Amino acid sequence: MATAQRSLAPPQAWRVEVFRRPTVDDPEGSHALAAAQALGLESITDLRLGRGYLLPPEFDETQVVRTVRELLADPVLDSARITAPGESPAREGQTFVLVARKPGVTDPVSQTLERALHTAGIAPTGQGDLLVTTFQAWELDCSPDEDHLAQLSRRVLANVVIDQVLINDESLHYGLPPAGEAHGVVHVPLLNLDEEQLLALSSEGMLSLDLAEMLTIQDHFAGLGREPTSCELETLAQTWSEHCQHKTFRGRIEMDGEVIDNLLKSTIAKATHELNKPWCISVFHDNAGIVEFDSVNGETWDLSMKVETHNHPSAIDPYGGAGTGIGGVVRDILGVGLGAKPIANLDAFFVGPPDLPRTEVPRGSMHPSRILRGVVAGVRDYGNRMGIPTVAGGVWFHEGYTANPLVYAGTVGLMPRWAATKEVKPGDVILTVGGRTGRDGIHGATFSSVELHEDSETMSAGAVQIGDPITEKKVLDGLLAARDKRLFRGLTDCGAGGLSSAVGEMGAECGAEVNLDLVPLKYPGLSPEEIWISEAQERMVLGVPPENLDACIAVFDAEGATATAIGHFTDTGRLVLRYEGVLQADMDMHFLHEGNPRQTRQARWDTPDIPAPEVPELNDPGATLLALLGRPTVANKEWIIRQYDHEVQGQRVIGPTSGVRNDGPSDGVVLHPLPDSKKGAAIGVGANARYGRLDPRAMAEACIDEALRNVVAAGGDPAHTSLLDNFSWGNCNKPDRLGSLVHAAKGCYASAMALGTPFISGKDSLNNEYRVGSETIAIPPTLLISALSILPDVSKAVSMDLKTAGNVLLLVGETKNHLGGSELHALLGLDGGSVPRPDLSTSPDLFARLHDSMQAGLVRACHDLSEGGLAVALAESAMAGNLGANVQLPSDTGLKDSSALFSESTTRFLVELAPDHEGAFLEALGSHPVCRLGLVQTEPRLQIAGENGSPLIDLDLGAVHAAFNSSFQG
Amino acid sequence: MQTTQALVLRTSGTNCELETARALERGGARVDVLSHRRLQDDLPSLVKYKIMVFAGGFSHGDDLAAGRVWGSDLRAMRKELDAFVADGGLILGVCNGFQVLVESGLFQPERAPEERTLALYSNASNHYECRWVDLAVEASVCPWLSAGWKFPVPVAHAEGRFTCTDETTLHELKAAGQIVLTYQGQSDPVTYPENPNGSAGDVAGICDPSGRVVGLMPHPERNLEVFNRPDWTRLEGRSEGEGLRFYSDLVAAATP
Repeated sequence: MATAQRSLAPPQAWRVEVFRRPTVDDPEGSHALAAAQALGLESITDLRLGRGYLLPPEFDETQVVRTVRELLADPVLDSARITAPGESPAREGQTFVLVARKPGVTDPVSQTLERALHTAGIAPTGQGDLLVTTFQAWELDCSPDEDHLAQLSRRVLANVVIDQVLINDESLHYGLPPAGEAHGVVHVPLLNLDEEQLLALSSEGMLSLDLAEMLTIQDHFAGLGREPTSCELETLAQTWSEHCQHKTFRGRIEMDGEVIDNLLKSTIAKATHELNKPWCISVFHDNAGIVEFDSVNGETWDLSMKVETHNHPSAIDPYGGAGTGIGGVVRDILGVGLGAKPIANLDAFFVGPPDLPRTEVPRGSMHPSRILRGVVAGVRDYGNRMGIPTVAGGVWFHEGYTANPLVYAGTVGLMPRWAATKEVKPGDVILTVGGRTGRDGIHGATFSSVELHEDSETMSAGAVQIGDPITEKKVLDGLLAARDKRLFRGLTDCGAGGLSSAVGEMGAECGAEVNLDLVPLKYPGLSPEEIWISEAQERMVLGVPPENLDACIAVFDAEGATATAIGHFTDTGRLVLRYEGVLQADMDMHFLHEGNPRQTRQARWDTPDIPAPEVPELNDPGATLLALLGRPTVANKEWIIRQYDHEVQGQRVIGPTSGVRNDGPSDGVVLHPLPDSKKGAAIGVGANARYGRLDPRAMAEACIDEALRNVVAAGGDPAHTSLLDNFSWGNCNKPDRLGSLVHAAKGCYASAMALGTPFISGKDSLNNEYRVGSETIAIPPTLLISALSILPDVSKAVSMDLKTAGNVLLLVGETKNHLGGSELHALLGLDGGSVPRPDLSTSPDLFARLHDSMQAGLVRACHDLSEGGLAVALAESAMAGNLGANVQLPSDTGLKDSSALFSESTTRFLVELAPDHEGAFLEALGSHPVCRLGLVQTEPRLQIAGENGSPLIDLDLGAVHAAFNSSFQG
Repeated sequence: MQTTQALVLRTSGTNCELETARALERGGARVDVLSHRRLQDDLPSLVKYKIMVFAGGFSHGDDLAAGRVWGSDLRAMRKELDAFVADGGLILGVCNGFQVLVESGLFQPERAPEERTLALYSNASNHYECRWVDLAVEASVCPWLSAGWKFPVPVAHAEGRFTCTDETTLHELKAAGQIVLTYQGQSDPVTYPENPNGSAGDVAGICDPSGRVVGLMPHPERNLEVFNRPDWTRLEGRSEGEGLRFYSDLVAAATP
């Protein structure tokens, strides 16, 4: 931020600043002003935005004026200010703040403008490469105090990780970013380092390699009698990173005398293997899981799904982190098999309380409300621009996420069966497509394995990536066109580790040679290792038979996507890198992929010693219900849902909201991916921020139960449902963290086996800890379960809103005294107690029978019971249907009212039936507990009586609705 | 009678071309989907088509302004577009396609595009908004939309606020029968969220003076099936989504 020592010389470029006319409002300006006032910067009383552009000084005035009239300024809305090269604009405001991307940070707008200047014929193509940059000019008429202005710039107008901020200073940067260090091969001397020096090398180089790994590398190169090159060492660090190799899940674990060799293979993947479902087409070994969907007109179609975490990048840059999180998981789907078409996104966020006092925000962290607004905007702008509906997800709030928020992004894809498998053959050309490579996203893979701390923002600025969704959309269009022409046979995405991971993976079995100087760059001056490990976004790598190369490049060119041959696969079993002819790396693929030492970690779990509190007595249960409806985790998320395009591609059956006003929170969503098929795909998630600390195994089983409840409530077939697991945990080198991970993984195995729901894909993000000084804080152990379920017939899908007065309301499933980790306990400040845990001996049959009754057309509405229990579910369904309910709690349960109303016992549903279907429904549910609660009523009141008939809750729906909307709304 | 041929145009960032093509096919047309580049290289092929639809999305990322770059590309083929309409062709722009047509200047042919007096501006809510709204067809010079018809559709956009330089423009458009579709609601003028973006005169769609070039912000192609509507589980007796009629009426009007 400090700009004192900078020369104040304006840039040598034409400057255009486009402001809104006084006759129209300035939405960006008023938005920023509101944010400033929310921060208490009361000396900021006005603010207006000028969209700024720097145009080449070679332009003559006519060219500049045409650019403004035809491309930059709207005749109805805008007025533009043009300033000649080297001059300062005639500003009207007292004060101004200029915000520009730091040199080298991706700027899609400038790229679009460069193209448009050519196509509009303003800049003759002869004029060669144009340099255009963009910035934001914020002008204020008030004269705010300096500290307020600094805070405004840092906390509202800019993100200093990626932006350069100039206050009352015109000296914008115009020109290419400064070049990096000289090229040529760099050797890293480590053969003679002692253990301490090896560790120092690892941490200074941000390699995130531990001592055993550094010693193995030292030993390997000692055997070769030479020092490793910088490229080789970086390649090992990327490939051996927790992010790419899941060392914890695949390593050895000792716990209570038991030795677990590969936790993944002995729990989650084991269930999939033992269940051995014929409809599981590809699981665990590709970018995403693939399951069968339907056959129409002689073509068999599959669905693929993947869910990723993008926690650390989102912590330091919520907008960019969440956006590139979506971009990354979309590429996983584009890169599965020979490519799938993304048909839906989901997102799940875990953040601190939106009303957290600013004084309690740790140094170096952002306030939870800013993080949440940022990640929502990031998902919105990336997903919407890609034309992929964002349909499912959730937000969970808990103090434990304040310094280390969790951002999950998932994508579902649709693909023909023939595209489910791929291969790499020696001689095939290595073709990169999509974005150019820059210095952005260096060390993302290794950064994700280190704990965050107060300096993460500055230290890891390089790890932040900036997304360009339209470039990825071009890749999508080109890739699916090339796939259908069968022009390539090998494919993967460029994710963590960049080319090093992508090419390394594809060539693992055979070998690969790459000429790094052929990789298209955003700007000159990258060193070979930067090119090799950069995580610049929107890139894929294809394996193309030489005879198809020209045709394949042509297909991408037609979409305006860059496709470049950078090398070929070999049969040597070696990874060979050259830069301008100079050898940069020559490594044994086997050592690269199998050479890292498998380590044994110690695990321990001690059930927290918290005495179970008394079951609370509530003197006003109605007031308690309203308070629960207003708790952020329960309350209305419509302000988020409405910002996502959940309708694009026209597949809607059950959307994220339901009901008369389309504002009731749906359980699962249902899509209709194939116009000529009757079948649908239901998507649901399950997660909880409070159960895991008390009982990680119960938490895992409850989350799986919730994900299944959500898809089954919407009509999904439990017998045709697959699961995805995403663990976000603390530092699992610490035995207690690892112990709870083991328990959760065992819960996953038990549930999947009992329910017959295989896991098809997963991803873990360990080491979610935040260090302040010497102490580190772990997040609550958090497992996100996603369920993908097939509906035999979309016309039988069911929504959660009450339909008709006079219909019968039933409670399906058994309520126990499960208040441990509940929203009620959180509301009352109580800890301990027993966490909901499904009865796996009965829940599978209950799910199956409920599904059959839906298929028989008996069910008018169905809503799953989760946070807040029965009372919250009743309130939501009543609101959504704009109908009242008059019910009485089950008798002879031995439960106190507070449990009967708010217990979060699993495998429970609220069901609405036409009166004449009640008998058939009870028969269909067999011996499972089903209790008749009462009736739907026209009078807009939610009336709940205790088991003895005495009134407990009597609320007007208006009050219920108001409470539901009373929490943070962006 | 030979099948009417429709052309769905796309460019970088377009993302509604498939459901738009599906809607036209279900409406009775034979449909080609072409990129703007491909059409530019073969403009004479336009004569094959009776309908031309600019599909929704984020053309060129809407990086400079919504629809601006594609709209400026269209100025280069203005002669062909005018001829297409003069020969009885119908042009439709949906959402981003509407924004593109506005930027191209087609709705005010008597003015240079840089002199237009109508625009689609950032939603009053200042953010992207996806929700279902009710539309009504106004009495207009558009030959294929029947006045008085009301139907539900989703909107999904960030820049859909219909705005004019002054009241006169809006009055002139009304007088010329160029206001085709309006948002419906309880109050008059319609308030948020029934008017989802703050459009002047609750305008959701307009046409050119000939009535043969139509643009609208909402997405009828997302309401083709009986189960596309958010409240379909409460309704009975519907056999299709209301948006299907929008496209079959378009195809019928283009069929000689």
